[in-house]
Amino acid sequence: MPEIIRPVADFHGGLHIDDHKAESAASPVREAALPRRLQLPLQQHIGQPAEPVVKVGDKVLKGQLLARASDYVSANLHAPSSGTVVQIAELPIPHPSGLPAECIVIETDGEDRWGELPEPITDYLQADPADLRERLRWAGIVGLGGAVFPTSVKTNTGGRPIQTLVINAAECEPYITCDDRLMREQPNDVIDGALILRHIVDAGQVLIGIEDNKPEAIEALGAEIEARGLEDVRLCVVPTKYPSGGEKQLIRLLTGIEVPSHGLPLEVGILCQNVATAATVADAVLRGRPLISRIVTLTGGGLGAPGNLRARIGTPIGELVEQAGGYTPAAHKLVMGGPMMGFALPDDGLPVTKGCNCLIVAGEGEFPPPRPASACIRCGECVKVCPAQLLPQQLYWYARARDFDKTQDYHLFDCIECGCCAYVCPAHIPLVHYYRFAKTEIWASERERRKSDHARRRHEFREARLARLEAERKARLRKKKEALEKKQAAGGDGKKAEIEAAMKRVAAKKAAREQVRQESES
Amino acid sequence: MQFSIDSSPHVQGGNDVQRVMGQVLLALLPGTLALWWYFGWGVVINIGIAGLTAVLSEWVVLRLRGRDPRPAIADLSALVTAWLLALALPPLLPWWQTVIGSAFAIVLVKQLFGGLGYNPFNPAMAAYALLLISFPADMTHWLLPSVLSQHSVSFGEAWQTIFQGKQALGPTWDMISGATPLGHMRTELSQNHMISEIRRSPVWGDFGGRGWEWVGNWFLLGGLFLVWRGVISWRIPASMLGALLLVAGLFWAIDAQTHPFPAFHLFSGGAILGAFFIATDPVTASTTPRGQLIYGALIGLLVFVIRSWGGYPDAVAFSVLLMNMAAPTIDHYTQPRVFGAREDEHG
Repeated sequence: MPEIIRPVADFHGGLHIDDHKAESAASPVREAALPRRLQLPLQQHIGQPAEPVVKVGDKVLKGQLLARASDYVSANLHAPSSGTVVQIAELPIPHPSGLPAECIVIETDGEDRWGELPEPITDYLQADPADLRERLRWAGIVGLGGAVFPTSVKTNTGGRPIQTLVINAAECEPYITCDDRLMREQPNDVIDGALILRHIVDAGQVLIGIEDNKPEAIEALGAEIEARGLEDVRLCVVPTKYPSGGEKQLIRLLTGIEVPSHGLPLEVGILCQNVATAATVADAVLRGRPLISRIVTLTGGGLGAPGNLRARIGTPIGELVEQAGGYTPAAHKLVMGGPMMGFALPDDGLPVTKGCNCLIVAGEGEFPPPRPASACIRCGECVKVCPAQLLPQQLYWYARARDFDKTQDYHLFDCIECGCCAYVCPAHIPLVHYYRFAKTEIWASERERRKSDHARRRHEFREARLARLEAERKARLRKKKEALEKKQAAGGDGKKAEIEAAMKRVAAKKAAREQVRQESES
Repeated sequence: MQFSIDSSPHVQGGNDVQRVMGQVLLALLPGTLALWWYFGWGVVINIGIAGLTAVLSEWVVLRLRGRDPRPAIADLSALVTAWLLALALPPLLPWWQTVIGSAFAIVLVKQLFGGLGYNPFNPAMAAYALLLISFPADMTHWLLPSVLSQHSVSFGEAWQTIFQGKQALGPTWDMISGATPLGHMRTELSQNHMISEIRRSPVWGDFGGRGWEWVGNWFLLGGLFLVWRGVISWRIPASMLGALLLVAGLFWAIDAQTHPFPAFHLFSGGAILGAFFIATDPVTASTTPRGQLIYGALIGLLVFVIRSWGGYPDAVAFSVLLMNMAAPTIDHYTQPRVFGAREDEHG
């Protein structure tokens, strides 16, 4: 076993909660059955939705590109199996807003035939980091810990030096065990992915942060590191405390460095990647495979046989539930993600997405409906547990009063929505809900402001253009007038000559007419 | 299959306002029992009168406001207010004064500001101040502890005095009542008596007023229970008592004959009760960690100032009320450093 390092610092607050990991952690990951229908939302990542490159009726092969990243911050989408594109339309997707979004639907043909894949890059340490990043971009890899930020963008350090690559293996949310199983079963992929990522950002050391409630995973990774004789890849075992897997919290635990408020880890020479992302990176680079499946934890008292399944992106949740023992009679709530930060889904027909690490079906006594909220008594329990060191009761007060400037004075945007405050609140106030509300209101008003700024600029530009045209017209007129006046001044008797000439011409004409008449008369 | 949806987090700790208030009531029990032991049944009757009035007032006001009174009454906050007020009142105070105080606390100080969580002032202390200003004679005339008067007030006597007035007791009243130790010390000092002389009086025990010191000890026990349970933070009681001890010690060191010994300040009046149960009222106190230290320390300082040079023998109520006004400002200037903010940046 290689040296295991201990955290160098602690973070403020946090919670010790029942971790409920045993239910799903015991059995190995099983391959989920190939579904008949795969529904793939075009936006499963942060950024712009992808643009479809297939049409309804197209036959597609497994791994074939279905939709292309439409912007720098966007991600490709590939076919998780072979079949036919049967629909491209707005459909319900798993999203907290409950709004539908554009999806590609594939009817699978059951053959699961691979299409053409790019060449594996096995000798990745010799590869150009830019090529490796291009590979991640091709593979549509996004952060699989739940944040779903495009990995190729995150690994673009813009030339800034990175000392430490942090691999986030904390998996601090209760119930979730997909990363735990991944580390136990594919420690080689995790380490390969970490080494590839390290090569891409040219980081000095790799620190793998993992909570001490996963001894088997620690053992497996340790053995892998030892077998490869890696010296600057270290395991750091942190005490189990929610939310130690928060990016900034984990970085503080492992390095003692606080990522600046409103800043990125990049600014302090650190890059953080989730452990499942690392394994997917290895798959894309070493085997040339895009991100088309992921491990999903299916757990909760509402399921017959909790466990972990490797599911294709787009698989209907209900089908996974059937493979995890089906619903028990007490099943009453479905949550995507963990119990602290996940969101409840209205319907099990929704598909698995890239960010779906866990599906919890709540059973008897689990996830009770929220108790009625009473007034805040300012007890300060929330202050004690807030890992961002905020004053949640003040944020709540101002969010409730819709005083959004004040919420920003109290650092609303440093809130990571971990839910610790709401968990301990004796008045049962859905605090995080208030913060989300305040954030979205602020975003909306900023959008409005940008829009009105834009309109104002257009208006001002139009005014300026009209003024310019008017000025130009006036200038033209003035010029004309001036030219005229000049002419007049120049030709004082020219006019007289003109008149004389005209009179002469008239007289001549008269004479000519006279002559003609005389001739005709004679 | 269809499911209901809620906002995250989907799990909740077992914390509850009712549980918090219940623990406060539990923590008040030892001190309350000690008060009953030394001052008789009046204490219990006062709690009953104040409690009943508070709950009734709360019910009536909430009905008038068109709200369901049941959750508000079930959260026990009205009972805590009434209980604290009753503990601060002289044990044989006429019943109607207790009723006025308790109703004032709930109706005017708490509900008119919006109910629990919205009141800027501590309701129990505001009511205490009202009664003290309105009925100074009754409010400063306490029973002597039974160890001094050699007479324990029976339930019947207490009941009669409270509901029919002190004439019901006849001459016994003068035997069993007197000034509080704080009042005693104040009067004696104003007559230019030396502390060494004053201390010869049987009113004094080992480190405070006789009897009173033990009441203080039992409240201390309850207060430590609350700190241990995490219901209150150690900061306010520690800084308040610490500041009081410090400044009292300073003056005592300068002149021990005109300034009472520091322990006197802790164990003769409402300092302990105030530090653990009143100044810590979360609604009206400072909530930032550094703010709580400042808030507590300033209360301690004010207690000393008012006791030594102010117009009233005890000062906890006024000090707490004054600092209630300052709490929002203190909070504003003591915001904790946010994660990732620069060291010199506090918000």
